[in-house]
Amino acid sequence: MGLTKQSGGKGALDQGLVIRRTSPHQRVIALAGNPNVGKSTVFNGLTGMKQHTGNWPGKTVSNAQGLCRSEKYEYIFVDIPGTYSLMAHSAEEEVARDFLCFGQPDAVVVVCDATCLERNLNLVLQALELSTRVVVCLNLMDEATHKGIHIDTEKLEQQLGVPVVCTVAREKKSLQHLLETLDAVIDSPQTPFTVHYPVAIESAVARLEVGLRQLPLSINGRWLALRLLENDRALMQTLERETGIVPAQHPMLTDALQATHRELPDSEALKDSIVTSLLSEAERVAKIVVRYDKPRYDAADRRLDQLLTSKRWGYPLMILLLIGVFWLTITGANAPSAVLGDALFWFQDRLTDLFRWLELPEWLHGAVVLGAYRVLAWVVSVMLPPMAIFFPLFTLLEDAGYLPRIAYNLDRPFQHCNACGKQALTMCMGFGCNAAGVVGCRIIDSPRERLLAVLTNTFVPCNGRFPTLIALLTMFFVGTAGWSASLLSALLLTTVILFGILSTFAVTRLLSVTLLHGEPSSFTLEMPPYRRPQIGRVIVRSLFDRTLFVLGRAAAVAAPAGLLLWLLANISIGNISLLNHCADFLDPFARLMGLDGAILIAFILGFPANEIVIPIVLMVYLAQGTLAEPGNLLEMKQVFLDNGWTWTTAVSTMLFSLLHWPCSTTVLTIHKETRSLKWTTVAFLLPTILGIVVCMLFTAVMRWFGV
Amino acid sequence: MNTLIGLDKLAPGERGVIKQLHTFGGMRRRFLDIGLTQNTVVECVGRSPGGDPSAYLIRGAVIAIRACDSRNIKVLRYREGSAWG
Repeated sequence: MGLTKQSGGKGALDQGLVIRRTSPHQRVIALAGNPNVGKSTVFNGLTGMKQHTGNWPGKTVSNAQGLCRSEKYEYIFVDIPGTYSLMAHSAEEEVARDFLCFGQPDAVVVVCDATCLERNLNLVLQALELSTRVVVCLNLMDEATHKGIHIDTEKLEQQLGVPVVCTVAREKKSLQHLLETLDAVIDSPQTPFTVHYPVAIESAVARLEVGLRQLPLSINGRWLALRLLENDRALMQTLERETGIVPAQHPMLTDALQATHRELPDSEALKDSIVTSLLSEAERVAKIVVRYDKPRYDAADRRLDQLLTSKRWGYPLMILLLIGVFWLTITGANAPSAVLGDALFWFQDRLTDLFRWLELPEWLHGAVVLGAYRVLAWVVSVMLPPMAIFFPLFTLLEDAGYLPRIAYNLDRPFQHCNACGKQALTMCMGFGCNAAGVVGCRIIDSPRERLLAVLTNTFVPCNGRFPTLIALLTMFFVGTAGWSASLLSALLLTTVILFGILSTFAVTRLLSVTLLHGEPSSFTLEMPPYRRPQIGRVIVRSLFDRTLFVLGRAAAVAAPAGLLLWLLANISIGNISLLNHCADFLDPFARLMGLDGAILIAFILGFPANEIVIPIVLMVYLAQGTLAEPGNLLEMKQVFLDNGWTWTTAVSTMLFSLLHWPCSTTVLTIHKETRSLKWTTVAFLLPTILGIVVCMLFTAVMRWFGV
Repeated sequence: MNTLIGLDKLAPGERGVIKQLHTFGGMRRRFLDIGLTQNTVVECVGRSPGGDPSAYLIRGAVIAIRACDSRNIKVLRYREGSAWG
């Protein structure tokens, strides 16, 4: 289960550079590649893991590892973040480069996008400089063929001097060949092609290499010499940390370096020259091995882009898609929710029977069955159906490659907020789970802009909050009958979401002129080719991977929370339960926000999981010490109305649901990501204060109007 | 007509030949990494609905760059079938 957690965001730990081999037959293989070439799909295909995949660059932000057995060896595959180059200039590129240098992998597999080979060759050539055991894996061959792009793999092997394997990573059998090739490469290293640089650089490299050979380093001397010439400070720091060696201080090298710095141009021009050599080499190889059937092989993609990002249709289509997804989720979830609720509560009665039959004490029955189990049943029946619909739909859009287009469309507003356009991507991830969204913020290079994205991620409602929003919308504004009702709730939900997105912009802007003052850094965003999603796989994957993970988390929180709730509701002081005492205490303040004590205590107790907010409210109202059964929404509405709710209460509750503290998992994740108590506190207080202010303002205005 | 213009001046559908990068440090490396070396032909393939950023076809990949960055990439307009310029 370990890696499954990554997609939910919680367990996305950096695994560090050290890979533990547990038997002598194990070999460590680094899986490198440009962003978004299907590396994670290859990884999953090989290891049977469920590392989350999606058609957008940058979704793997830390190393993940998994096992795979071939005929000869057991391989530990390490999925490193996608990079264009090994000359690291962002956090994830550094993770990739450091692993290749210091992780001592036995071989490197460079996954390439066959539809875009030339660009991928840059990284391949750099990998060849680092390691003598390299396998080039041409992925997405099916799409290349589909677009009329042909690659002569034999010629490519000749050019590069290392084996080339074609894969369609979505088809598992094509990966078998990769494993066989790896077996061969592990046993006999290759003599890969070397990129040649201008003469001045070559002679300097040769001089440095002599000195580097004296040092006890396992890193390729030629490669390290090039980095020394470039004066790559970050690499040298890592080198010192990992090995304790500072090459520039070695007497032989100090002299050689000084001599070369006199001969060679400044380091900026030197870097240019190195990069240009690599790129023109890549261009040369690509010209030899790639053949196009038609010059505009990407015409279909461009047409789709012209529609989806057009001035006229770009934004409306985004909103329509959002409405569509919500409508399908709401309509589709109603019936299964009811069935699931019935089934789970039928089982509760059987549990009660069992407790009676065993003659267990009544308090135990209350705590376990009416407390823990009932809250669990509530959460499952309310959450599972919408998630089982929402996640696959979202994954479909993700797989097809729509997410980067959203980021592209929304970059302008983010630019106005002095933020990074990639924040739109992390915002989209937040729809699934805010904790996942916070981890995803690693794709943003600039620390300032990353912090902006982390702090504002909770303004998009995660899946745990959708049920609350949908239930309230349906009860107070729509009614439950007919498809037009569900369309209306989808529309209203979209409005609520848009309000959340607007808050994201407003707060980002506010932060960027106050606490996180600064200029926007430059950014480049790759827009990958559209891919036809594999519907069957998407459904299976998002169900088992995301849905069950998020549900598992909710359940793990809901059961103990249920127990606590039951205790609070059943321990009385002076005839009034503790829960009601708390609610009464909070009531005056909550009234100012248009809520009441019960709602506010529900939000507080819902800190571990937002899903249980509405159940707790009901529980306080019904004051019977246990949660109400989730009967139909009309009955629920009646309970609310009896307790003084109006439509303004519903609006205030929805506003506060949108704008309040992040859930406990998200808070912990923020702390882990920012490593700062200060920013974690800001992340907690900011939405909370905003929520309180917005709710109070709304209530004050409504009262002024006499509503 | 041999004047260098910023990459941001290319309209969708127009092509240009990279001549100079007027930027340094990290951004320069990033540009080079995505393949913007001298004499590379790039094509502007679209603008975002807000008018910025624009998308460019660079060595087979489509990459969005903001105008404030792309204006530092100097190109020559490229016309098919005729001499450059």
